[in-house]
Amino acid sequence: MLAVQARGVEKRYGAVRALAGVSLEVPEGEFFGLLGPNGAGKTTLISALGGLAIPDAGTLAVMGHDVARDFREARRAVGIVPQEIVFDPFFTVRETLEIQSGYFGLRANGAWIDELIERLGLVAKARANMRSLSGGMKRRVMVAQALVHRPPVIVLDEPTAGVDVELRQALWAFVRGLNEAGHTIVLTTHYLEEAQQLCSRIAMMKDGRIVALGSTARLLADFSERVLRVKLERGELPPSLAAGATHEASGAWRIPIVDVAHVEQALRALREAGAGVESIEVAEPELEQVFVKIMHRDEPVPFPP
Amino acid sequence: MSGFPTLLRKEIARFWKVSFQTVAAPVVSALLYLLVFAHALAGRVQAFPGVSYLEFLIPGLAMMAMLQNAFANSSSSIIQSKITGNIVFILLPPLAPAELFLAYLLASIARAMAVGLGVFAATLWIVPLPVHHPAWALAFAVVGSGLLGVLGILAGIWAEKFDQLAAFQNFLVMPLTFLAGVFYSVQRLPPFWQSVSRFNPFFYAVDGFRYGFFGQSDVQPAASLAFATCTFAALSLLTLHLLARGWKLRH
Repeated sequence: MLAVQARGVEKRYGAVRALAGVSLEVPEGEFFGLLGPNGAGKTTLISALGGLAIPDAGTLAVMGHDVARDFREARRAVGIVPQEIVFDPFFTVRETLEIQSGYFGLRANGAWIDELIERLGLVAKARANMRSLSGGMKRRVMVAQALVHRPPVIVLDEPTAGVDVELRQALWAFVRGLNEAGHTIVLTTHYLEEAQQLCSRIAMMKDGRIVALGSTARLLADFSERVLRVKLERGELPPSLAAGATHEASGAWRIPIVDVAHVEQALRALREAGAGVESIEVAEPELEQVFVKIMHRDEPVPFPP
Repeated sequence: MSGFPTLLRKEIARFWKVSFQTVAAPVVSALLYLLVFAHALAGRVQAFPGVSYLEFLIPGLAMMAMLQNAFANSSSSIIQSKITGNIVFILLPPLAPAELFLAYLLASIARAMAVGLGVFAATLWIVPLPVHHPAWALAFAVVGSGLLGVLGILAGIWAEKFDQLAAFQNFLVMPLTFLAGVFYSVQRLPPFWQSVSRFNPFFYAVDGFRYGFFGQSDVQPAASLAFATCTFAALSLLTLHLLARGWKLRH
């Protein structure tokens, strides 16, 4: 079963092509990352998935339910945490969750609401008015609101923007738990380190298109590399190493290596050349590098099967 | 189960939680109008035979307050949700366009009824009114506040800023309710203004509502009800169509 399926989705806002034909499949149970610079179309795609935006062309489905034709089932299947912090100032935290639950036609949902309040650390604030909550607390309530109807697919649009470290970690632990319990997670974030740790598969968007799509491991292997960062205090890099190396602005050399055994060879080469090493470290492949490379390239990557 | 009952309850709770402002305040305004106009115009205006000006004023003022508050309820709820962004919490759940429509409409009617009852409760001390045809009064109360409730939904969806909504309220709703024959019988107007009044759907709501109390009106109540109901139905169909298309709500 596909949790999310987009086929040729297009959306134009005036002269801006927010989505220029997006096709995407997210299988059930996946932890999926949707990355891209601001204005790439991530939020528009998510909005279209939740029925907040109506595409000009193409179709979208959640758990096999078309978001337009079968909108009730599609919306029951997805919980979206919007990017902007929004709340209704008329109600308390608990009232907010009870109301949201009622919108989904759920009446006796108190036990699950209690559990959400508990697991998101909102117990002390359950009877407080939404207005009196800090930004981080409001964000937690928004996560709870997206989960009141226990949706199989959960979409988080930059949930950690402007959130402190503690909440970020708590949120990721919570979301990871949901994923382990079988929920499909679709995540957008600008923290690429988080995406690298959490997501099993990633799509990168640019100018309303998907420009790269693949498993995180695959993207890292194809577009990033393990490097040896060496800063010399005297001497020169021997030619055998200089061939593939690049010089950083900081003055350090980045020498590509395949595995740790190469570190020894490189060190030997340096010693034999009489170079003095000031500092040395092994840098693992980074999603940030993948991201930068892909965003600065023109042709889209052929999708792996 | 549908989410409609919850949305309706929430919309009623929204105004009821601040009922001092949403129900008590309009009742006080209506009473102020009553005091000022009854004293200033008593003896100078004779509307219906056998009905004092003070008596004549009360149903009209109650209806005017009901119309204005029905409009205010749906329009302010929608524009506030749109501007603060929390409208997403209503757009994301599986609520059909008709469910959204009905919840906002019925909440508007509920607020109008609360305001109307408030006006009558407050004026009972001043002058008790006869109620010749309660069913007609109720029918006009529902259709009149329904008409303005729908107009409020339309205005709330259409407006992108508070001042656009304020313009709608100040340049359309206020003049049309004020000039709906609340303070006078249109029979007293010069022929030109009499025929202009007959294009104002709110006039029929006020006139028909008054018929429920005194058994007298400027226009046949059945004709008034038919006209008000047709306007209400036409606006409802338009609003439902726009909601189904997601006009200005689902971008």
